[in-house]
Amino acid sequence: MNIVVCIKQVPSSSDVLIDPVTGVLIRDGNNTKMNPYDLYALETALRIKESNHAKVATISMGPPSAKAVLMESLWMGCDDALLVSDRKFAGADVVATSYTLSQGIKKLGKFDLVICGKQTTDGDTAQVGPEIAEYLHIPHVAYVDRIIEIKAESIVVGFSMDKTVEICEVTYPCLITVEKGIYTPRLPSFKRGVSFRNHVIPTMTFSDLADQDETHYGLKGSPTQVERMFSPQRNTDKTMVRGSSDELSIALFEKLKEIKII
Amino acid sequence: MSKIHVNQQLVTSEVTDQLIKLCPFNAFEVVNGELIINAGCKMCKLCVKKGPKDVCTLIEESVLPKIDKSEWVGVAVYVEHDEERIHPVSFELIGKAKELAKVTNHPVYAVLIGHETDRFHSEILAYGVDRFFVYEHPLWRHFNVELYSNAFEDFVCNIKPSTILFGGTSLGRSFAPRIAARYWTGLTADCTMLDMKPNTDLIQIRPAFGGNIMAQIICPNHRPQMATVRYKIFKMPEKQEITGVIERRPIDKINLHTDIGLKSIEKKETNLDISEADIIIACGRPFKSKEDLEMVYELADLIGAKVAVTRPLIEAGLADPRRQIGLSGRTVAPKMILNLGISGAVQYTAGMNGSENIITINTDPNAQIFDISHLGIVGDVFQIVPKLIEQIKQNQNW
Repeated sequence: MNIVVCIKQVPSSSDVLIDPVTGVLIRDGNNTKMNPYDLYALETALRIKESNHAKVATISMGPPSAKAVLMESLWMGCDDALLVSDRKFAGADVVATSYTLSQGIKKLGKFDLVICGKQTTDGDTAQVGPEIAEYLHIPHVAYVDRIIEIKAESIVVGFSMDKTVEICEVTYPCLITVEKGIYTPRLPSFKRGVSFRNHVIPTMTFSDLADQDETHYGLKGSPTQVERMFSPQRNTDKTMVRGSSDELSIALFEKLKEIKII
Repeated sequence: MSKIHVNQQLVTSEVTDQLIKLCPFNAFEVVNGELIINAGCKMCKLCVKKGPKDVCTLIEESVLPKIDKSEWVGVAVYVEHDEERIHPVSFELIGKAKELAKVTNHPVYAVLIGHETDRFHSEILAYGVDRFFVYEHPLWRHFNVELYSNAFEDFVCNIKPSTILFGGTSLGRSFAPRIAARYWTGLTADCTMLDMKPNTDLIQIRPAFGGNIMAQIICPNHRPQMATVRYKIFKMPEKQEITGVIERRPIDKINLHTDIGLKSIEKKETNLDISEADIIIACGRPFKSKEDLEMVYELADLIGAKVAVTRPLIEAGLADPRRQIGLSGRTVAPKMILNLGISGAVQYTAGMNGSENIITINTDPNAQIFDISHLGIVGDVFQIVPKLIEQIKQNQNW
């Protein structure tokens, strides 16, 4: 069985502000980490690897620095890792990113199961998983929180919708996005890491992909455009109170009475 | 359709430092002594606008053929339902669709996929839909992403809507991306504001960068343009006299093959559901243990509130994830929300700033949350809440 896990390098912190004078984004961009949701996707794949002798490959699209998270996936127990990176992929939105990743996954060879985290902490769209599935022409199940059975030709999974919990069986090849908490992610193994000391993570560029139409990648392949960024609006109708905790609890009490909560 | 060129002749070590610091995406890199832009570039053009003069220049490339937007007409809402009801987010979206459609004088569409759904039809029309497209087949009784996508494909291909809105529900967030990918078009997740340009471009505004900044997104050369919106972001519209019509679509050409087999479906317990609560007490980082939260549950019992939390508390395992407010949790719009020790990243406030009365207690007078609070109390929750509980109890004794 061949499993592919899609992972992403994201900023460690989402603390960004707009400089009120220059309008420039102020962001601590030098600290990066693996998207935390992807750790659950990796753990899910590694559990299946252990119980069903699967091979697990990870794939990431991003700048060369994203090799760090791919290396981390190898240390955790994955067998292969591939970076998809090219200047031509720059400026990709969800559609172009998903398409590029689907092209990369196809180049990895035959696969049975693709696993993604439920979303990233920087984009927060939760769209890339389902869109990859569409471009691979395979079914997907989102919000998987239980792997119930791994069969020869299919997988049985539990997932959670807004008001229901459901179980379905999906035929391979298929894609699942997994919920945080499906399993507790393991830590990277230093001992295992030693064996990858001289390992070079291969990079796949535009010229390696099957589709050579540049208008399907990066900014050119991206339907959406960010027109502008701005700070969230502030509320002008507000009262601030300060004082001793007795005074403050009285102020709160009076307010709750005024708006008829008590 | 452009790229950024770096004029190497003007690059000094000072310029290099400046650009590396400026770029929010770490896209500048020195390779073999040259300052290059790597794949991290998001084409935000900050380096062109705010960087050292003339170092980075924008090179416009040949533009893709323009689509004919006049071929795509109508603002459509996907109507989500289960056995019992239409999800109310669908009505909220119909209300917004009417506002948007007015700008361009487009019709409002609703689309429903299901089986034996007649009992819902008049209610949908009552919110002011002009044309209501119904797809029915026994296989569509429950949501199946493959089957529903194929049915929806018929709608997009034959009706050619300019805009499609989906509820940002579990279902919508799994379903809408398949459609967007199939038509190679833009889908903006979790929009908090929508507007329409006279040229039919949908203005989509959503929190970005973990919610500290709002991004205005358009989809200028692709149709249909798509967005998801969470429940309770927009107001429930008024019902009106029915003027619209139901159109049952022929389904004989729609592919009914699926590799997903539903084996069981069970209702979740919903007493933890905070999204429809009238009074909410929300807790932030100062709460470090379940014991810390005890006074909050006591206060909640006294005033009939539900307890909600921010993401860090979920991550620390202090509360059930269903209690989380914010972009990665629930959107709420209660009559009153009391924020205890919450600093107010937009990630959180996007999930609650539609609340009628926002009251906040925080020790930091500069906390962002005060900007959207109607009453801000600068103080310590662990001091104030127990006193408030005492006061309410005394009041009850009278």
